[in-house]
Amino acid sequence: MTGIAPRKVRFGIVVFPGSNCEYDAKHALSTFPHAEPYYLWHKDDDLQSPDVVILPGGFSYGDYLRTGAIARFSPLMGAVSAFAESGGLVLGICNGFQILTEAHMLHGAMLRNRGLKFVCRSQHLRVERTDTPFTRGLTVGDVIQVPVNHNEGAWTAGSEDLRQIEDQRLVVFRYCDEGGDVTDAVNPNGAVDNVAGIVNERGNVLGMMPHPERVCESAVGGIGGRGLFDSLINHVLEGM
Amino acid sequence: MFRASVYVTPKAGILDPQGATIERALPALGFEGVQNIRVGRYVTLDVQGTDPEVVRRDVDDMCRRLLANPIIEDYRFELTALEERE
Repeated sequence: MTGIAPRKVRFGIVVFPGSNCEYDAKHALSTFPHAEPYYLWHKDDDLQSPDVVILPGGFSYGDYLRTGAIARFSPLMGAVSAFAESGGLVLGICNGFQILTEAHMLHGAMLRNRGLKFVCRSQHLRVERTDTPFTRGLTVGDVIQVPVNHNEGAWTAGSEDLRQIEDQRLVVFRYCDEGGDVTDAVNPNGAVDNVAGIVNERGNVLGMMPHPERVCESAVGGIGGRGLFDSLINHVLEGM
Repeated sequence: MFRASVYVTPKAGILDPQGATIERALPALGFEGVQNIRVGRYVTLDVQGTDPEVVRRDVDDMCRRLLANPIIEDYRFELTALEERE
C-alpha cells in the first residue's frame, strides 16, 4: 500500500422478507476498518456499486415451497445475477447458499438434514482451495471453526454435476473434525462428500452453509470467520 | 379452465429422511413389511385456458421452473377439465 488511505470495500447485504442474519453480517463487517457494509432491500433494482454482494442467512419467504425457491425471483436477484455474470463477488451464507443453488448460480440443491433435526453447533471446516478471492489469505488444509445453523443443509448434486465439481475443484470447504479429517461422523447434515461450501466455475460466487459472520470477534466465541472477510477485502483493495 | 394435480416426489436415489423416519415408525403400530416410503408434495392449481395442450405445456413449465427442483425431485401431473359455471 502507498501512503494514501485505501478506499473502503463496499459490501451490499441483500435483505429479503424473512432474512435474519443481515445484522450479524453488517456488525461483523463493521469490525474490519476497510469494509463499508450497507443494506439492500430485495425490491430495489440497484445494487449501489458494491464490491461484494452478500446474501445473508435466514428464512426468506418463510422457506415456502423449498428453501430459497421464492427469494430467487425477487426483483434485486436479476441485478445480483448480472453482477455475478460480470465477475462481481457474491457470497451466499446459509439461506443465501440455498438461494444461489435455486437460482442456478451454483451447482446442486439442498435437502433436509439427514437426521431431520435443525443443527446448531460449532463445526470444523477444512479449507480445500485458496486460489479464490474468498480464501486467498488461508492455507489449503487449514481447519477453521465456524458455526452451522440450519435445517436444510444437505447439499447434493446429480452424478454428472458431481463429476464436474470434482474435476473443476469447486469445493472450497468441507466438514471435518478438529484434526482436519473429513469423516461421515462429523458431517452435520448428510451433505454429499461433506461439502460445506462451493464456488462457481469462475470462482467469483461462493455459497456456504456455515456462518463466518458469527465468528469475527473473540467476544462472541471465535474469530474463525475473519480470514474469509480479510481475503475478500484484500482481494478488492489490491485490485485483483 | 383446467385443474392440474401435481405430484412432486424425491428422485430415485435421493435420500428421503422423512420417508425413512416414517418407515421406522410404522412397526410401532403393528405394520410390518412396509418399505420404500417416499414423502413428496401434492399441489393443485386451476389454470385458465381452453386448449389442453397449451395448458399442459404451461403446467409442465411451472413444474420444471418452480414447483419442483429437477435436481432432487421428479414430478408428474394430471389435468381435468372443469365445467364452466353459467
